[in-house]
Amino acid sequence: MKKVVIGAGQGFYGDNPFPAYELALNEDIDYLCFDALAELTLAILAKDRQKSPEFGYTKDLKAYLQLLLPVVAKKRFKLITNAGGLNPQKAAQEIQSAGVKFGLKGIKIAVVEGDDFIQRLDSLNQKRILRDLSGEPGELTNKDKIYFANAYLGAKPIVEALKTGADVVVTGRVTDSSLFLAPLIHEFGWTWDDYDRLAQGIVLGHLMECSGQATGGNFSGAWQELDLANIGYPVAEALEDGSFVLGKPKKSGGLVSRETVSEQLLYEIQDPFAYVTPEVVVDLSSIALTDLGDNRVEVKGAKGKQPGGYYKFITGQPNGYLAQISFGYCWPDAYLKAERAVGILKKQLEQYKVAYDELRVDMLGQNSLHLGLAAKRIADPEEVVLRLALKTESREAAQTFLRLLPPLALNGPPGMGGFSGIPSPRELVKIESYLIPKAYVEEGIKISAWEVE
Amino acid sequence: MVRNLKELGFRARSGDKGDIVDISLFAPDSELYSRALSQVTETSLKDFFGDMVKGEIVRYELPNLLALKFVLYSALDGGAAGSSRYDNLGKCYGGNILRFELRD
Repeated sequence: MKKVVIGAGQGFYGDNPFPAYELALNEDIDYLCFDALAELTLAILAKDRQKSPEFGYTKDLKAYLQLLLPVVAKKRFKLITNAGGLNPQKAAQEIQSAGVKFGLKGIKIAVVEGDDFIQRLDSLNQKRILRDLSGEPGELTNKDKIYFANAYLGAKPIVEALKTGADVVVTGRVTDSSLFLAPLIHEFGWTWDDYDRLAQGIVLGHLMECSGQATGGNFSGAWQELDLANIGYPVAEALEDGSFVLGKPKKSGGLVSRETVSEQLLYEIQDPFAYVTPEVVVDLSSIALTDLGDNRVEVKGAKGKQPGGYYKFITGQPNGYLAQISFGYCWPDAYLKAERAVGILKKQLEQYKVAYDELRVDMLGQNSLHLGLAAKRIADPEEVVLRLALKTESREAAQTFLRLLPPLALNGPPGMGGFSGIPSPRELVKIESYLIPKAYVEEGIKISAWEVE
Repeated sequence: MVRNLKELGFRARSGDKGDIVDISLFAPDSELYSRALSQVTETSLKDFFGDMVKGEIVRYELPNLLALKFVLYSALDGGAAGSSRYDNLGKCYGGNILRFELRD
């Protein structure tokens, strides 16, 4: 039976490219797929795009290309990535230049566009295209503040791109798992109504899209026994019937077991009986995971149903600032010092009329990650490290607050440590989700392909 | 006797989507899965998390994986993009739920 081997190269913008390199070097793969876009990544890329029309794709693409294209030159596997972000054409140019540099003449690059609606917001409202998540007509609010607006495309345009004979496919916002589903559809010739197989392909993609999270990363079992410094990224051997075996490169660290795979299987899925993706609604309740030993787990049994007529659509707009800073006080009277320091700051914020929405005070090492569930407060601690987070509408207010911190070292309670300069306030984003009719989006999808010369 | 889920050998992983957190809780065997089924309910978990979760909690049962899936609405004070929480991505909810105590 025909077998397709897919490797996972990236789980987010900023991931470590070396496990992808090790995988490419040591495994015989047909495809290496990269998910560079988390929900918030588009906000980062939108800021970049505002700075220059040359930007808007993930900047670590270059590092991946430098490591991987020499391997591609020898082994000729295909690459599929959503690193295009908000500027797939520029990402493709980056790939083109790297292709020339590494002597990959004749390889074909295909670009998928049409997910980005930032130039089409007016017509969305005028034609009342969008729906809210309950299916009622939904209008974009604060349209002029929106700085990114994208539909989540599925596997269809990636399959179209592969049909052009592309060796490298670069997209913008597509659902993460579609990057992995598409090559299976292309290779096996699955039809769009073969929902059980499509469901298996989504499961494969879902397990692989977060790189090391399926191979021992973030594992809540016996993680302390694993070699995570050399973690191997997932490799899947898929068969035409949709079943597949998930593994990792030989000699790599980490673990592929029923436990690590089941943790990732349910990760960030809400309704496991109806996981909605563009091409199929997946039911995970019938999945069977079989541990084959030697870091290999067989996955089969997912069921699929026909999806609805909409793609997911998200917008982002500015939502004020978060100023965060940490510093600490030593024993004796560490609690009292910390408490008084916060008191001084609050009073000064009032005196200097700094407008803010919220000031969160956490004690690192005590209650910052378990919040109200944290165990009883430690009596007379050696130190108390504060983490302050101030939320405000204005950048100036955030900066004024942060500038109040250094003087505390001289003018506040005794014994303050940990001050290391004034950080920049973080820009917050308001993300809104809608539904958009598939047909409307598909009219605007564009696939271009060319050979590196 | 009362023991928490960590002591009983449960595992948990959590993640986020906007202001929604999801937690997958895995039982070490079917006996403990049944105990979790009767005791870690939508209501008891809502009480357990208190202020941390402002919205409702929905539970799904997956006996094929000895797993319970919890979806927690309005659980991050606005979601990663706007939350002032130190755990702004909800990754620690997996650790948080392991403090939940089961009766024999």
